[in-house]
Amino acid sequence: MDDIAARRLEADELERKFADIHVPLDRKRALIESSRCYFCYDAPCLQACPTGIDVPGFIRKIATDNVKGAAITILSENVMGGACARVCPVEVLCEAACVREAQESKPVRIGALQRYATDWLFEHKLQPFKRGAATGKRVAVVGAGPAGLASAHRLALSGHEVTVFEARPKAGGLNEYGVAAYKVPNDFAQAEVAFILAVGGIHIEFGKALGRDVTLAKLRQDFDAVFLGMGLAGVNALALDGEDMAGVLDAVAYIERLRQAKDKGALEIGRRVVVIGGGNTAIDIAVQARRLGAEDVTIVYRRGPEQMGATWHEQELAQTNGVRIKHWARPLRLMARDGRLKEVEFEYTQLDEQGRLLTTGDRFTLPADMLFKAIGQTFVASPLGELLELKDGRIAINADRQTSLTDVWAGGDCVPGDDLTVTAVQDGKIAAAAINRALRA
Amino acid sequence: MADLRTTFAGIKSSNPFWLASAPPTDKAYNVVRAFKAGWGGAVWKTLGEDGPPIVNTASRYGALEVGGQRMVGFTNIELITDRPLQVNLDEIKQVKRDWPDRALIVSLMVPCVEDSWKSILKRVEETRADGVELNFGCPHGMSERGMGAAVGQVPDYVEMVTRWCKQHTRMPVLVKLTPNVTNVLGPARAAKRGGADGVSLINTVNSIIGVDLERMAPQPVVAGKGTHGGYCGPAVKPIALNMVAEIARDPECAGLPISGIGGIATWQDAAEFHALGAASVQVCTAAMHYGFKIIDDMVDGLSNWLDAKGHAGVAGILGRALPNVTDWAHLDLNYKTVALIDQQACIKCGLCHIACEDTSHQAIAARKAGGERHYEVIDAECVGCNLCLYACPVTDCISMVEVATGKAPITWLEHPNNPLRQTAK
Repeated sequence: MDDIAARRLEADELERKFADIHVPLDRKRALIESSRCYFCYDAPCLQACPTGIDVPGFIRKIATDNVKGAAITILSENVMGGACARVCPVEVLCEAACVREAQESKPVRIGALQRYATDWLFEHKLQPFKRGAATGKRVAVVGAGPAGLASAHRLALSGHEVTVFEARPKAGGLNEYGVAAYKVPNDFAQAEVAFILAVGGIHIEFGKALGRDVTLAKLRQDFDAVFLGMGLAGVNALALDGEDMAGVLDAVAYIERLRQAKDKGALEIGRRVVVIGGGNTAIDIAVQARRLGAEDVTIVYRRGPEQMGATWHEQELAQTNGVRIKHWARPLRLMARDGRLKEVEFEYTQLDEQGRLLTTGDRFTLPADMLFKAIGQTFVASPLGELLELKDGRIAINADRQTSLTDVWAGGDCVPGDDLTVTAVQDGKIAAAAINRALRA
Repeated sequence: MADLRTTFAGIKSSNPFWLASAPPTDKAYNVVRAFKAGWGGAVWKTLGEDGPPIVNTASRYGALEVGGQRMVGFTNIELITDRPLQVNLDEIKQVKRDWPDRALIVSLMVPCVEDSWKSILKRVEETRADGVELNFGCPHGMSERGMGAAVGQVPDYVEMVTRWCKQHTRMPVLVKLTPNVTNVLGPARAAKRGGADGVSLINTVNSIIGVDLERMAPQPVVAGKGTHGGYCGPAVKPIALNMVAEIARDPECAGLPISGIGGIATWQDAAEFHALGAASVQVCTAAMHYGFKIIDDMVDGLSNWLDAKGHAGVAGILGRALPNVTDWAHLDLNYKTVALIDQQACIKCGLCHIACEDTSHQAIAARKAGGERHYEVIDAECVGCNLCLYACPVTDCISMVEVATGKAPITWLEHPNNPLRQTAK
């Protein structure tokens, strides 16, 4: 087989590799796991959840077989509770705060229980939400990712008419285009979008990008309020010579292809793959490369395991998938043969006494048929038309997620803070409440 | 290695652990398996009158599950043996012959007619069993036919039948008592008056273990209907301990050997019964849950613990807690404890705080200390009730600390707030 090839694995094996990474809890397991919850007072898990889900409350409902009540408790605070149950880094949020973590290093499996409850509601096709009486007010939402959908949902519940402008052909944002496939299999992102839209009063215009098909100025003219929930459109470059040679790829774009591919076997993957970066994208591309059949996958990160953006859980996932993680090194030179990447030369790094990252001068070389760049994404502000104040390169907001323009709110990856589904949902939720107050004032 | 051999009401056994009269002792097959596993004795499942055997239902058991723990409580609506009398007697005879060092007692339940008891006792004697246990306890089924608890709830009947049995057999006679009475001393004293060689208690507690909300019927459901059953398992242990203690400290029952029954699943459970005066113990539900192998740890654990405490056998602890069982009126009202939270062990769940705050004495403050949740007892408000200690999920995190009050002990009988107080003259 060539160094870069499609169909490294048989179709059925590939299907297994990209099936649900977690076995969902069945009723019995959910009952036992829920019984481990101490029902803490003023619970730390609840405080650790960016959307403030009443975790002990919903777990107690699972324990009494009131699964519907549990699901509604979750979804009332976080309408994307189903996605969050799958993609949230619970190991650094609610489960890290669980008192059983302090007691026995074995937290209650909050994420798994949340999935049990929300899956139950989806399976039973129940719609607990109802659109509020029409207010006649119209709100524009830019971006149909978690922030945009969460705000649109809340706004619809308040009776406002919402139009969402989405650049891509599908809604869901990174849950549809970015997250590793085995975390959200079976088209879960679209099922969740359908659940959110089912409440009514939300219209999505696909293929409409800000700055290209619509402008912020026009949206402010045509609508009573605007919520901006765009993602990060830019990717960082290595700044090395030959970065455009064959075999050097952008991880985000590749994952998007993988997620949208009907036939994952058709994707070409290298035999020896190197991933540069230390965040979740690096883990996601490395693990998926392995699952596509790559023989050797090495993540190279310029700092140590503690500094990696990926959680310890994600790092372990990579390692148990046969990914090697090499810390304290950064790429120096891309070496080609016949116009294709063949080797990457690295230099070792270390911190000096002031904590600055320096190179040691020592070098090593890794053979590589493919290199994935996963060294961060950036917010591209130009589509905003210089109307908004920025902070740290993203849209500046106040506690209400209001921007420097009083009729424009923003949330999700386009504002400063963690780039998580759960924080995006919370941004959308808070902004929607503020917009509702403003429109009713 | 402590010597666990026991003599109870003249009946010798290799250890104090007997299987109670119940489904696990219905046949030689089961009892032999139990003896092979190491059980010290068995009380054969209750035999009834000769003639057509009784008939049992399909669906006989129900269970209480708490927080994922199966069979915390257990109930049954099974009646006495449904096998022919002679089959049981033949098997009893063979088992006793094969296992001479084990106690083999035969449980009996026949109508309240002297001849019925006389004739069955004669036939049991022929098996060379070690003794009989009169089943005056089962609260379901047979009680509707005037047997079981229907007898056990009337002290006069208990005394009368016990006396008949003592007249008509040389075998030791144990009387199994029902807990379904307001005061267990009534039937216990009646058994003593009737000449019983010992009492065993408790039999099962009358109960409905649960309602099947789909079928709208009590569990266990038999063709859409259910009936009250006999409740047993770990959840009934507290009821049994109290009744054993009541009898053990009753002057009228003095010297009456007690076989403790009710929720015994471990050697610690057994030790508690021994400490309250039960010289032997009987087990059923735990064996039905886990099989006979549990006897391993029961024997081994009890023996190791007795060794550690410096006792040669069960006699060393028998009734040792009884002097400390008293009436409320004799408790020292000047004794004071307050809760102390071990801040190192605390996992900051807040359960002690909310239990005290919502339902007790507002004696545990919830604060933030350096951004961390922090719970601390307000000594002046703490009444020493123990609630926080039990709400706390961490073993030994909260302890109750004795506080010297400088006051002499005082009971309610002498307390100034008691209008009927006894004053020294």
